[in-house]
Amino acid sequence: MTTATTTQTSSRGADRRASRRAGRRAGGQHGPRRIGSHLFLLLAAVYFIVPLWWLVVGSTKTNSGLFVGSGGALWFNDEFALWDNVKELFTYQGGIYWTWMRNSFVYALAGGVGSTVLAVLAGYALAKYRFRGRNLYFSLLLGSVMVPLTALTIPTFVLLSQLGMINTMWAVVLPSLLSPIGVYLVRVYAVDAIPDEMLDAGRVDGAGELRLFSRVALPLLRPAFVTVLLLTTVATWNNFFLPLAVLRDPQLLPVTVGLNQWQGLSNAGAGGEQVWNLITTGALVSILPLIVAFLGLQKYWQGGLSLGSIK
Amino acid sequence: MTSADRPTDRRPAGPGEQRGPSLLDTKRQWWGWLFLAPFTVVFVLFLLVPLAYAFWLSLHTKGIATGGESIFTGFANYARVFTDTDFLSGMARVGKFVLVMVPIQIGLAVTIALVLDTLATRLSRASRLLVFVPYAIPAVIGALMWGFLYSPRFGPATDVFGLVGLDAPDFLSRDLIFGSLVNIVTWQWVGYYMIIVYAALRAIDPTVYEAARLDGAGNWAIALRIKVPMIASSMVMIVVFALIGTLQFFTEPTVLRSVAQGAIPTTYTPNMYAYSMAFSYSQFNYASTIAFALGILVFIGSYLFLYATRKQSGLK
Repeated sequence: MTTATTTQTSSRGADRRASRRAGRRAGGQHGPRRIGSHLFLLLAAVYFIVPLWWLVVGSTKTNSGLFVGSGGALWFNDEFALWDNVKELFTYQGGIYWTWMRNSFVYALAGGVGSTVLAVLAGYALAKYRFRGRNLYFSLLLGSVMVPLTALTIPTFVLLSQLGMINTMWAVVLPSLLSPIGVYLVRVYAVDAIPDEMLDAGRVDGAGELRLFSRVALPLLRPAFVTVLLLTTVATWNNFFLPLAVLRDPQLLPVTVGLNQWQGLSNAGAGGEQVWNLITTGALVSILPLIVAFLGLQKYWQGGLSLGSIK
Repeated sequence: MTSADRPTDRRPAGPGEQRGPSLLDTKRQWWGWLFLAPFTVVFVLFLLVPLAYAFWLSLHTKGIATGGESIFTGFANYARVFTDTDFLSGMARVGKFVLVMVPIQIGLAVTIALVLDTLATRLSRASRLLVFVPYAIPAVIGALMWGFLYSPRFGPATDVFGLVGLDAPDFLSRDLIFGSLVNIVTWQWVGYYMIIVYAALRAIDPTVYEAARLDGAGNWAIALRIKVPMIASSMVMIVVFALIGTLQFFTEPTVLRSVAQGAIPTTYTPNMYAYSMAFSYSQFNYASTIAFALGILVFIGSYLFLYATRKQSGLK
């Protein structure tokens, strides 16, 4: 019953507790093992960071400098072309790269915020209201978590094309509003985080159900809200199959699909169509917003991503 | 995940419910449905309807042979798909990916989380973040980057292997592409799984370890006999995520295709096969059959897994 709440408090007081625990544990630790542990972590960190390092280095190179450079693949060349590459992103094909970036933002924001709002409302209802069919609804929801969403992409495409909505932003945004896992997470969290007594007390005082939701439930659900928002935003930002299927107009593509097209063209095409330097620089610029968001929102996601997994 | 059975639900009804269904409760029932309504609309329109429509499409056939008309052909498409060597070999391939990739990912994630849990140094905090960073990178970009790194033209492999006087292996060749894809997905997801496991480890009451230590348990015993069993439910959850994700494998092989065309056919995974049937051959009925068959197999697979591990996960 207290599981979700425990996670939350533990993430909040994590720093203090961590240092206390570490102090206690240090007594039981032996020198060599800690060196071994650190060495292992160092190796792991290098493995996970090398591709990014390559991307940072690669985005400072010219198109030909990526093949033959003084620095090799993992070091800078003498020539530092990062700013030229960024400038070229503004001019190549009329600066379409920035249109893609804007599209990605629109899709991620609309899909993320929209699906989170729906999930919070639905999760709250499933946790705190008793109504006929609730258990059936919840079983259906749990089953749907196991439905691979990509299996829905092709029928969704056919349906949307019959409605004439293919090749519009709606074709990406509307299906992205669906997040059964988000509803599940909010429901699990809300069961413990919102005491029934608090709602009942509010009702006795004459508060309406909408007011109870906005004044009592919503503040208590904030950690779940932030977590689901993060998960759904990342999912929409990363989505590839859906936009690849439902969009044809280059002006509507998200940056993921757009960069993939540049890569395909650069591989197939002759000299003029090879824009390797723009692919590396574009990829670097496109991942910066999410990395900055994750580093900035650490205290939210570190405890939150495990919501629903701890019983 | 069947939280209908969670202990919280078995708690005796509050004073409000004991009175039986009063007028107020009926009114409140409607509020429950009202809060559910927006999600339900999306759930019906973008999950139930496409699912039902995919099933309908799979029971029909439309093409030159039928004069461009859509005619009912029953389970003929399913008879075709389950004898289609392209579909079956794709299924076998993603099955092999599950068997190889999921244990590697979970093993690595749990190992890193266990090591991090025993340390509270600056290096351990920094490496926790660095390991997690790939999760923030879209799969397309991740696959693009690794495609560059694998490439004999751009990548460091030639230089690195040259140092010891060897020829670099071609990571994008038919023989090595499987391992190269395993590496990309592992790189992408281990950090996310690690964070989930790590949070579960932090939630364990440390006094448990002290009791074990008094009983003479060493660090290894504590990690394997106490920590791992206590985080079993988190591990079941991430295995299910990994299982569902791997069976739907699409993005990474699709992106790598343009740099390793010989090694990755359009039928490499069932999802890629469905995509090419739909968008290269306009066979939407057959593509829907593939998608639906894949969906059923994924559903059955994850259901069986959850059933087999119901003790460990605490699900019933």
